[in-house]
Amino acid sequence: MPRVVLVGNLAQLTGGVAEFQLSATSVKQLFQQLAELHPAIQPHLEEGVAVAIDGQIYQDALFQPIGPNSEVFLLPQIAGG
Amino acid sequence: MAENGTNGTNGQGYVGTRTIRPDGVDKVTGRARFGADFNLAGQLIGRVLRSPHPHARIVKIDTSKAEALPGVKAVITRDDFADQSSEFIPAGEMMMNYKDVVRNVMAREKALYEGHAVAAVAATSAAIARKALKLIDVTYEVLPHVIDVVEAMRPDAPLLHDDLFTVGVEPKPDKPSNIAKRVEITLGDIEAGFAKADVIIEREFKTAPVHQGYIEPHAALATVSEDGSTELWCTTQGHYIVRAHCARLLGLDIGKVRVTATEIGGGFGGKTVVYLEPLAIALSRKAKRPVKMVMSREEVFKSSGPTSGATVRVKMGATKDGRFVAGFAELKYQAGAFQGSPVQPGVMCAYAPYDMENVHVIGYDVVSNRPKVAAYRAPGAPISEFAVESVVDEIAKKLGLDPIELRLMNAAHEGTKAAYGPKFGPIGLEETLNSIKKTEHWNTPLRKWQGRGVASGFWFNIGGETSASLTVNEDGTVSLMAGTPDIGGLRASLAMVAADELGIPYDKVRPIIGDTGSLGFNFLTGGSRSAFSGSMAIVEAAKQIKAELCARACKLWEAKPDQVEFKDGAVRPIGSLGEKAKPMTIADFAKVAGKTGGPIGGYGRINAQGAGPSLGTHLVDLEVDPETGRVTILRYTVAQDAGKALHPAYVEGQFQGGAVQGIGWALNEEYVYGADGKLQNAGFLDYRMPVASDVPMIDAILVEVANPKHPYGVRGVGETPIIPPLGAIANAMENATGIRFTELPMSPPKVLKALREREAAAKV
Amino acid sequence: MAKHHIEATVNGDATEFLCETEDTLLDVLRDTLQLTGSKEGCSSGDCGACSVMLDGRLVCSCLVLGCEVAGHRVDTIEGVAKGQALHPLQQKFLEHAALQCGICTPGFIVAGKALLEKNPNPTDTEIRYWLAGNLCRCTGYDKIVTAVKDAAVALRKG
Repeated sequence: MPRVVLVGNLAQLTGGVAEFQLSATSVKQLFQQLAELHPAIQPHLEEGVAVAIDGQIYQDALFQPIGPNSEVFLLPQIAGG
Repeated sequence: MAENGTNGTNGQGYVGTRTIRPDGVDKVTGRARFGADFNLAGQLIGRVLRSPHPHARIVKIDTSKAEALPGVKAVITRDDFADQSSEFIPAGEMMMNYKDVVRNVMAREKALYEGHAVAAVAATSAAIARKALKLIDVTYEVLPHVIDVVEAMRPDAPLLHDDLFTVGVEPKPDKPSNIAKRVEITLGDIEAGFAKADVIIEREFKTAPVHQGYIEPHAALATVSEDGSTELWCTTQGHYIVRAHCARLLGLDIGKVRVTATEIGGGFGGKTVVYLEPLAIALSRKAKRPVKMVMSREEVFKSSGPTSGATVRVKMGATKDGRFVAGFAELKYQAGAFQGSPVQPGVMCAYAPYDMENVHVIGYDVVSNRPKVAAYRAPGAPISEFAVESVVDEIAKKLGLDPIELRLMNAAHEGTKAAYGPKFGPIGLEETLNSIKKTEHWNTPLRKWQGRGVASGFWFNIGGETSASLTVNEDGTVSLMAGTPDIGGLRASLAMVAADELGIPYDKVRPIIGDTGSLGFNFLTGGSRSAFSGSMAIVEAAKQIKAELCARACKLWEAKPDQVEFKDGAVRPIGSLGEKAKPMTIADFAKVAGKTGGPIGGYGRINAQGAGPSLGTHLVDLEVDPETGRVTILRYTVAQDAGKALHPAYVEGQFQGGAVQGIGWALNEEYVYGADGKLQNAGFLDYRMPVASDVPMIDAILVEVANPKHPYGVRGVGETPIIPPLGAIANAMENATGIRFTELPMSPPKVLKALREREAAAKV
Repeated sequence: MAKHHIEATVNGDATEFLCETEDTLLDVLRDTLQLTGSKEGCSSGDCGACSVMLDGRLVCSCLVLGCEVAGHRVDTIEGVAKGQALHPLQQKFLEHAALQCGICTPGFIVAGKALLEKNPNPTDTEIRYWLAGNLCRCTGYDKIVTAVKDAAVALRKG
């Protein structure tokens, strides 16, 4: 099962739990499953997070696949200037 | 159908060469039109009335006398903008709340900084508009103000927003404050890390707000028709973002607003938000005539967002052989009048260049009575990385280690787990450090009062939504349309990619930047993304064209897909088909396009993923004049990883330009506020940016560690170069004077004061 | 008050225009004569984006009044190229990528041309100090200096 880690303030929305083992096979499923466990995180998932899957950062990529042994990090969205 | 690869191997190879940019002739002859160069018949001139107070309640606004002045055709205030609900969305380059955006564009309850827009007029001449502003009567209730970030964090500080409660602290506060947010990242166990350290260095640093310093002021020209359709020309890094903001603020359908991005005279992040645009549209709607608005230089300094000033505390621990075992930092960043400083990226980047097991960084986003900050080239990162690079240098000195060797020992590389979570793919920090080590610059001896400093830097880079098209014209030339404003070389780079992908000469590709009505959504030019994402979209568009031509060839030659291939600018028959079919070039197909199905084109619409970080190392030699405190930069070398430089000269240009902005930030630039909360240096004379005589040649070393996620290996490069100069120069100052400067800028009065204090202390 | 009627030579052509007392030469060039190649960066003579030649002398047009040029000769960026041929300075700016956003480029071309007319073989230092009145925020000046030096070589070759 993929290992999912919340970085930074995101863990505050899950009562301090920063690590999860979830059966998601895509970013969309991951967000769904997390929101079911912790509804408070939902609005933050819709806008404002980047997802790093096995080291590669994705932003706004709902259909990006997640492998069964993937390491996934949810980070604050990254911008620039 | 066999098809050529998308790695630019079509035989010509423009990518990587130094072509002449296609938009260049217009720029060297003055023909190119920037924001203030557009005019419409019958246009009115708009001007903004701005608060003279840094903090005041707006009790009443009486515009009657202004409206009565002959020549005044419209006056707007907060009453002309509907209030917006509190909702965080990506706006420009940071998460913004539209409730804040509408208030920044036009003050509502309060004026929150000197220069805050309070009203605006449109009149038949600039002179009448200025007169009209003087006739607007605003009743202010002046309130105490606060500028400095540490002052603003005090519980008894003047409060800017009574509905701002700190997010990110437990328990949730019940009293409002100026601290909008607390953010944090942790990796490993910081206390265990410090326990392992043989040397621990702790320092506090302070930086002042600095402006992006674009030479072209903000400008917008708006015209609203009777049916509400709106056309806007403005100088911006993101015309689709401008469209979204204006549509939202003015209650318009996005499709009814058409925005043209004019040529842009610099942005660096500062033109990713709206200031004049919604005002020009609102005035035009009211006056029923086009309205043109241009900021003065004073307005640019007082009313557009600089970047944060900050207070940063860093504590690092290392073993005696130089391994970094612990990295702590606490960042306090000013957001200006509304929340949203770049403290989050500052937190994430602080230790990013290094492979460390134990990292703990805390950040605070704090509001104060100055303009709302806007993005500035790698927002947040120069500040935090300046502090860390300074401490790294002190560790090197304390341990008697070479500063490049120390960084090599700890450099992040492929597989390193970043402090902000994920593992890095291939990155080029070690290559940049080794390049610097090999330079003649590094090995040149120095004299008294001269010093040498080195520092590295990291920035993530982004991809994002991109739409770009390639259209084959009847004569076989190709029109390329991109949707991210070209700030310096993009059209050249994309044209080279298109030429290589299609196998046609570079000068047969004519690139333009389309308006919002011509292409699907494009995220803005920023985040070092325009060449990275744009080239990916062009590759996609070219793929579609090649597939289309192969399909048409099959029909023309009555062949099967595996009998044809696109190679070297033509569809070619494979094997025995060659006996009855001759290759057809793009121009050949163009001649018969109509007869074979219609116009030929490709449209790349993507959300570009796979942006790779760009890391760099800078080396600087400087000389301090002990009598005046003036610092002269003697020599400067930049080494940075570009992945693949599509156009080497424009990539070098990014290195050199960012380095010089960093030199200005380190040595001279700062917002100077009086005790009255007003900006004292709102002009180029006293906001002193580097001029040609202040800097030497900037040697640029192009490192290329390919980004495996991009068809050409491209990494964004634009932002990283502004990060290392601050630390490199501070380190060179320490090398030259023996004094560790922890406050930026290291301007002559500060340097002289430190030298004199040391002299006096030595005499005691 | 009635506007002033001014006659001057602009880029070699006899030109006449009306202007208010307080209008700068830059205002006249851009708004009245539609010569928008000269840019307004600061209105205080600090950035050089408005550089023009007044009787063969390099000036900031934001610091000259429109009515001051009556009977005088003004040369702007629009007059630098001769017909279809770019001036060597313009050509070298393109070859050396000495511009990124291009807003400062007209000012640098006018100022650079003035330098090379006065000093056909300037050193790096002379180039940098002569151009210290022109701000560039994009390039860091490196490629601009290279382009000016190379243009000097081209002009000396004739």
